[in-house]
Amino acid sequence: MKFLDSLRFRIASLFRRSELDTDIEEELRSHMQHRADDLERAGLPRWKAERQARLEFGGPAKFREQTREAAGGTFIESIFQDLRFAARMLRKSPGFAAITVITLGLAIGANAVVFGLLNSLILRPLNVPDSQSLYAPERKASFLDPSQSYPDYLDLRARNRSFDGLAGFTVGFASLDAGDSPSTSWMYEVTGNYFDELRIQPYLGSFFHASDEHGPDSVPYVVLTYAYWHSHFQDDRNVVGRTIQLNKHPFTILGVAPPGFHGTLLIFSPDYFVPMIDARLIDGNSFLDSRQTRWVFMTFGHLKPGVTKAQAIDDLNSIGSYLGKTYPKDDDKMSFTLARPSLYGDYLGRPFTAFLTALMLLAGLILLAACANLGSLFAARATDRSRELAMRIALGSSPARMLRQLFTEAVLVALIGGALGLWGSVNLLQTLSVWRPVPGVTSTIPVTADANVYIAALVLALASGFLFGAVPVRQVLRGNPYEVIKSGGSAQVGRRISARDILLGVQVAICALLVTCSMVAVRGLLRTMHSNFGFEPRNAMMVNDYLNLGGYTGDKVPAMQRRMIDALQTIPGVTAVGMIDQPPLNEGWNSFIVYDDRTADLTPANAAAEVVGYSMSPDYFQAAATPLLAGRTFNWNDDANSTRVAVVNNEFARRIFGSAAKAIGGYYKMQDGTRIQIVGIVPDGKYTNVTEDPHPAMFRPILQAPSGDNWLVIRSTTDPQSLATAIKSKLRGLDSGLPFLIETWDQKLTTALLGSRIATASLGVLGVLGSLLSVTGIFGLSAYTVSKRKRELGIRIALGAQRRELLEAALGKAIRLLAWGSVAGLVIGILAGRALSFIIYRATPLDPLALAAVIVAMALLGLLGTWIPAQRALGLDPLTLLREE
Amino acid sequence: MGDQAQLLPGTLDLLILRAVSLGPLHGYGILLRIAQISGNALLIEQGALYPGLFRLVRQGLLKTNWGTSENNRRAKFYELTTAGRKRLREETANWNRLATAIGAALGAQPEEV
Repeated sequence: MKFLDSLRFRIASLFRRSELDTDIEEELRSHMQHRADDLERAGLPRWKAERQARLEFGGPAKFREQTREAAGGTFIESIFQDLRFAARMLRKSPGFAAITVITLGLAIGANAVVFGLLNSLILRPLNVPDSQSLYAPERKASFLDPSQSYPDYLDLRARNRSFDGLAGFTVGFASLDAGDSPSTSWMYEVTGNYFDELRIQPYLGSFFHASDEHGPDSVPYVVLTYAYWHSHFQDDRNVVGRTIQLNKHPFTILGVAPPGFHGTLLIFSPDYFVPMIDARLIDGNSFLDSRQTRWVFMTFGHLKPGVTKAQAIDDLNSIGSYLGKTYPKDDDKMSFTLARPSLYGDYLGRPFTAFLTALMLLAGLILLAACANLGSLFAARATDRSRELAMRIALGSSPARMLRQLFTEAVLVALIGGALGLWGSVNLLQTLSVWRPVPGVTSTIPVTADANVYIAALVLALASGFLFGAVPVRQVLRGNPYEVIKSGGSAQVGRRISARDILLGVQVAICALLVTCSMVAVRGLLRTMHSNFGFEPRNAMMVNDYLNLGGYTGDKVPAMQRRMIDALQTIPGVTAVGMIDQPPLNEGWNSFIVYDDRTADLTPANAAAEVVGYSMSPDYFQAAATPLLAGRTFNWNDDANSTRVAVVNNEFARRIFGSAAKAIGGYYKMQDGTRIQIVGIVPDGKYTNVTEDPHPAMFRPILQAPSGDNWLVIRSTTDPQSLATAIKSKLRGLDSGLPFLIETWDQKLTTALLGSRIATASLGVLGVLGSLLSVTGIFGLSAYTVSKRKRELGIRIALGAQRRELLEAALGKAIRLLAWGSVAGLVIGILAGRALSFIIYRATPLDPLALAAVIVAMALLGLLGTWIPAQRALGLDPLTLLREE
Repeated sequence: MGDQAQLLPGTLDLLILRAVSLGPLHGYGILLRIAQISGNALLIEQGALYPGLFRLVRQGLLKTNWGTSENNRRAKFYELTTAGRKRLREETANWNRLATAIGAALGAQPEEV
């Protein structure tokens, strides 16, 4: 309370400032008049008495100041004074002010952006009530997988005692016809209890509920997202009750979801929600009864109050082992873990967290480097101002007061820089949040700068202000005013290594580390782009058509597929046309478990391998430019009536047969017992993502493993534009109502390489920031050295020093610091690079080219930073110099 | 002025409290009162009085009123508060203890030790 009282008193007296001053003034005058009255009574004339009284009183200014301080009015007031003074000092050296503010702005901006991402993606859960208790069960398979089969989901929902309820959803694609023309759209197929489990209320109309479900295709309702309603129905409040066509089936619009709700995946927002129970109606086929097909993308629910994560996991595991015992053919013993649903569970959550944490760390280092930089600038400035500071000490300013003045200046710079950085980062985050990384998909990165980001930026600004403001403290306190003023403030040679030099060394090391990281990342990305995917994306066009959306089912599908291939083959310049159900490195893939031919008991526990499986047309390998290592590829005679065959990759052959040679002609079994003969071997490629280890894969003829998903691969050296036009007209000629997408395979791959690209871009930006900082740091030190030692350098020239010796004297220290700092940074970078290789595919720190690039980069930065000071040192004219002093 | 004693640090506050305890006074009056009750033995720089006065006001030991002095001039009068009266009693007792102790220490004869 004492403190509060005193604070209140001080604040009050701040506003009473003028009142207090008048008060003091009047009282002192009254005192002197009373004294003069006495002196007059003793016989002095009035004017003499008044003069005498003033003399006796002593320095009124000094006492006035002391009195004001005793009255408690000076603390806040002097802070304002300090602020005004600091602003004036900064205005007087605009170059210094600009450099410091920009440096700090960049560093704080970088931190605010990374923190903003971390905050929106990791720290902040979904925008629904009670989202803290929302968890998604993930199966521990070869990786953590949140997907379930529909019957398993029903069992998990019915048998668990830990969740308030369990909802599920899967992501789908459909053509939507609201009356004018069909357009492609993204949907979540959700369980009936989806909205109720999320505890959200409709913005308009109503939601469907679990109680509406009465068996397959019983709930022909659709709920629109707010964004889709806004963009496609122009905010029309009368849409509720309207009928639209989904894949040519009528559905009634039931309601509109609230504006803040974009689905349960942060990076994938649907256009609308439909009941999963209608899957057959919408997709043309349904896996509602299949326990083996884990097509429910993710399930989630609120943990019951009082139930811990560990208890819930135990609960789920016991259900898992029950299911494994009851359905040994379908479920091996399943074990579970819990994850946050918003980032696709741990699948994206883990790498996102790891990457953003690493980025945050690097951004922190940038800020540290910036502080080191500004610290040495402030120290240099304090040296330049040593005469002024000494004068002030000599005139009776207290050291505490002077330190406060210096800190005020540092914090002022920090706050301005922080505001600048925050402004920039808020804008950048805004841009990011409307950026569509994957063309054609409504996938937004929902980043917004909230209060957390503002607070973080403010705290960082204040902390860094105090950090670099503290650098010159010792220097100021130790300064001996007498010496400084006597010697003119320039003669101090100082110790061999000062705190400033160490700061610069540390800063150079940090920058070298950042440059190393970004070089390693860039090299990794380049190598990824040119690595062997198992196919050749250049000169290939991809057409994704939606036969099921076009109304093709059953036997009509293979016939149409054949017709499309034949039609496209007639385009001039096309060398091969192939078809595959899912291209490698697509967003989705199909996984199968396979058994050794000798295995009789086909339970998942006895499986030989989990493999990625493809259905393809005979010419796919030719179209994809995948070389055949051994055996043959398919032909159209490999149909439903002939021996089941497959082409497998090297890894498959090695894993199950020991070698490619043994595999040719060998057999393996599928889950349903089908024996498949291996007729060919292809090299290993990349299937699920570019960073995966060699993964077994099998390719089967499309007539033996039919699929409604179609990706046509057209190889041609014709330019993509005219090829696309030709493809379009051919397909339109076959069926004008068939929806399809055309893109080059390179464009298609953008998505697969997006992660690496983003990682490389962010590291690159940090590397550039680091380089900027080290250039300004080195420039600062060498320019300062040259200007301080002008006289000495002039004498050296006069005594006949050569250019080399002169430069050695002027810049030797800066260069040595640069060299040592770079070496230290490089070594740390090599160690840290190991961590990088987890994030960026094929990033290895021990890459001679990357390391050479770092060394060249640091040398160039050094050259850049010392160039102007060197010119200045060489251009010194000893005569003018010696005359000046 | 040569035989006047320098004020010990911290004693100015005590003297001010004592001077004011005899009745409300303005600043100059306090100065005169101290000179009077100390028999002109203590030297106080005139301006140095005011920081002390303001400090005591801030501590709540003195209260002030603007009024008219015996010279018919506007002046600010200082007066003890209850807290000030209490502080004066305590400080006086403290001072006496200290003075006795120091006096005894300085007056001790070699044979008494």
